[in-house]
Amino acid sequence: MAVTDTDATERVEPEPLAAQDPSLSPVVDHSAVTTHSPVPKVVAHRAPGTPADHVEREAARGVKLAKISRTGDRIFRSLATTSGLLIVLLVLFVGIFLLALALPSLQANQDNFLTSRNWTVAGNELRFGIAGLFWTTVLSAVLAMAMAVPVAVGVALCMTQYLHKRVSGPVSFVVDLLAAVPSIIFGLWGLTVLGPFLAPGAAWLISKLGWIPFFERNVDPKGSVFVASVVLAIMILPIVIAISRDVFAQTPRDHIEAALALGATRWEVIRTAVLPHGRSGVISASMLGLGRALGETIAVMIILTTPSPGSPFSPSIFAGGETFASKIANNAAEFDSPSKTGAYIAAGLVLFVVTFAVNAIARIIAERGVES
Amino acid sequence: MARRIDVKNLDIYYGGVHAVEDVSMTVEPRTVTAFIGPSGCGKSTLLRTLNRMHEVIPGAHVRGNVQLDGTDLYGQGVDPVAVRRVVGMVFQRPNPFPSMSIFDNVASGLRLNGVRNKGVLTDAVERSLMAANLWIEVKDRLGKAGIGLSGGQQQRLCIARAIAVEPQVLLMDEPCSALDPISTLAIEDLIGELKEKYTVVIVTHNMQQAARVSDQTAFFNLAAQGKPGNLIEIGPTEKIFSNPDQQATEDYITGRFG
Amino acid sequence: MSAPTADAPLAFRRPSGVRTVKNSLATIFVTVATLITIIPLAWVLTTVIIKGYRLLLSSTWWLQSQRGITPRREGGGAYHAIVGTVEMALICAAIAVPLGVLGAIFLIEYGRGTKIARGVSFMVDILSGIPSIVAALFIYALFITIFGLGRSAIAVSCALVLLMLPVVLRSTEEMLKLVPDSLREASYALGVSKWKTIVKVVIPTAFGGIVTGVMLGLARVMGETAPLLILVSYAVGINFSPTTDTMGALPTMINAGRDQPPQMPGYERVWAAALTLIMIVMLLNLLARLIARFTTLKEK
Repeated sequence: MAVTDTDATERVEPEPLAAQDPSLSPVVDHSAVTTHSPVPKVVAHRAPGTPADHVEREAARGVKLAKISRTGDRIFRSLATTSGLLIVLLVLFVGIFLLALALPSLQANQDNFLTSRNWTVAGNELRFGIAGLFWTTVLSAVLAMAMAVPVAVGVALCMTQYLHKRVSGPVSFVVDLLAAVPSIIFGLWGLTVLGPFLAPGAAWLISKLGWIPFFERNVDPKGSVFVASVVLAIMILPIVIAISRDVFAQTPRDHIEAALALGATRWEVIRTAVLPHGRSGVISASMLGLGRALGETIAVMIILTTPSPGSPFSPSIFAGGETFASKIANNAAEFDSPSKTGAYIAAGLVLFVVTFAVNAIARIIAERGVES
Repeated sequence: MARRIDVKNLDIYYGGVHAVEDVSMTVEPRTVTAFIGPSGCGKSTLLRTLNRMHEVIPGAHVRGNVQLDGTDLYGQGVDPVAVRRVVGMVFQRPNPFPSMSIFDNVASGLRLNGVRNKGVLTDAVERSLMAANLWIEVKDRLGKAGIGLSGGQQQRLCIARAIAVEPQVLLMDEPCSALDPISTLAIEDLIGELKEKYTVVIVTHNMQQAARVSDQTAFFNLAAQGKPGNLIEIGPTEKIFSNPDQQATEDYITGRFG
Repeated sequence: MSAPTADAPLAFRRPSGVRTVKNSLATIFVTVATLITIIPLAWVLTTVIIKGYRLLLSSTWWLQSQRGITPRREGGGAYHAIVGTVEMALICAAIAVPLGVLGAIFLIEYGRGTKIARGVSFMVDILSGIPSIVAALFIYALFITIFGLGRSAIAVSCALVLLMLPVVLRSTEEMLKLVPDSLREASYALGVSKWKTIVKVVIPTAFGGIVTGVMLGLARVMGETAPLLILVSYAVGINFSPTTDTMGALPTMINAGRDQPPQMPGYERVWAAALTLIMIVMLLNLLARLIARFTTLKEK
């Protein structure tokens, strides 16, 4: 709430005295300097020789209204507003800085930034392009989303429509714990435990479908996009579950009861009342999960096998590769010259823009859903 | 010390909406005045202008003036915060501060305005709780949380909190509407005692309460939906409830509408 | 469904077979989904605990660093990494918490409904979507490329600020929204100025939730690795100074050893470090939720 207050540091002179007695000079000087004397006895303006009712009036005249210092309010308010503005500036700076530092390298780039798969940034000839990075990033993130969203929706439905309140609490707790696990641990676990576990299944898929380029075998199955995607899917589950759960929980009771009154089974209630209402929320949640998967760095860095430079491109999910994030992280130790760093910053900038776009779309969808 | 309130030609606006139209009235010191009338007729709005609480809502402003013993509360350069130190308010739902104990709640007005002396605070708390008829019930648990009390006790706690800063006037906005009948009676008795020291203005939708508690009653009404509220009639309580001047007043009192 | 005849008893028929089957399938799907969610967590935790618990039982782990220890040798501990992780997180909190709380105060108490507030809120949303590597790159660009400062733990903390700020701000914002306006009115009615009302009434009322938000934010940044990779070099010895260019931390301790073959002593240390990190993060999470449970504002 905004308190529309006036700035006051002055004593209040009681006006009505002048208004009531025309022989007195009007007390209109409100630009008076701050005084500290108590107000009410406005002796200076009293006309001499007036009768006893004066004394009566004097006793009842005026109320001492305190002098309020407004500095505390002013300081605090500016502190709060400055913080808000600082945050805005911070975000703008991130974009501006990255752009400014990436530009020189982009201009010196001899290859096409968007279509090249090379990455030679040492030395004088700069040749770098993000095509390979783009493919791996998008592939792993989209796969992760495709795996995570159905599961997340299922869990969210379970928690809101199937489980008793007391049971859904612990499940919620487990989901939150899942969200708390640091990504490096997922990376470590993915590489050493999940990879080998999935290897037989992957081998089977390759043997059956390996003739499709999408599934051809390429690298040691532990380090493939496939494994990374599974781990990413696990990592984005909590966020998609949390938002979907909130959306499903807010399905208007009338819709649910209307469906129940028609004799619908639980699944039919979900299909007719819960899911349609929650559709935009689920889409929004999926996009937020996608954004998270696109930006995930460490887990991917640890799991994905970096392809040796010059190796042929493979669109397979069983290939290795690098994402925007993992490429930057893998080469972090080599940021020594501005032009080299510039190339990586350019990659980071693309990542920033892509995640920004995905998140913005997610919020627009969510807001549209709320309005309808 | 209790003060006299003079309202002169007061118009109240919320942004562009004219909420209350041209009110003039006088409230004598050490009396209880009740504002009655159907919902939405502006009685709470008017009450809030007496301590400039309406200004908490952006765009709310008034024309005309409200004087406390001659001092215009809306004079140029008057800070609403200063006005509120002199005119206290008790709200419809008891709202003790949840992060504070009973003692701290009652002392909060004084503490937040700079009083630090432990002795002064303790005296003020005891005095106010006694005046609010709550002392005996809580004197052994002053350190306990304020929200642990029952509804009626919480409201008396809020009254103690309001009078601890020794206001000149006490405004009460439907103080009993959230309480059970027994607590309500307790507070009505309390009002009878409070008026020995303070000027009290109370908004109530309960006519019998107004009749029991007040010396003067003001009846407000709306001309029609969407029109501003007006003061229809004001006068000694006994007169208003037995033979009012205005037909509208009589209709309301006898229950023909509202 | 045919209408029952006048004298035949009402038969409550089950829904048709197809519908029942679909319903059961849905139930199965939903249950499987929940299991799929619970299993990885259990799996990860079990793996980390089994592979890493042994070293945590000795006091050396908690008191010594890795100085002088090669991957082939046993011994040493994680003291340097624990201290580094905690130190960088606390420096980050020293900046992110005031900024986040004040920002939330701006959004709720001063700017509610204004265009500026919507702009700030939008920016906070963007901030929460920034990948940690991009935040780290930004700080690199700012501190090192432009200002020429060189790597340091403070740089890491600054990058972490970008990640912790949205968490603290949003949760503080939610808590401030929960504080009922009637409390603010009660304070104003006592003649208390706005800033004092915020500081002495609103914030104490929302305090538990704010603390929860801070702890969840801390838990998040303690697990971040990307800024550590880019902005500071991993130190195996003890180094408390945040301005030098090396500092140990648990995530980088894990990362430094992740390529170890299982036969080496270094391998077990990696998992022990992982377990240490998880324990700290989980502890913070649990504490945060406990605090939230005991101080929630009940909605009237």
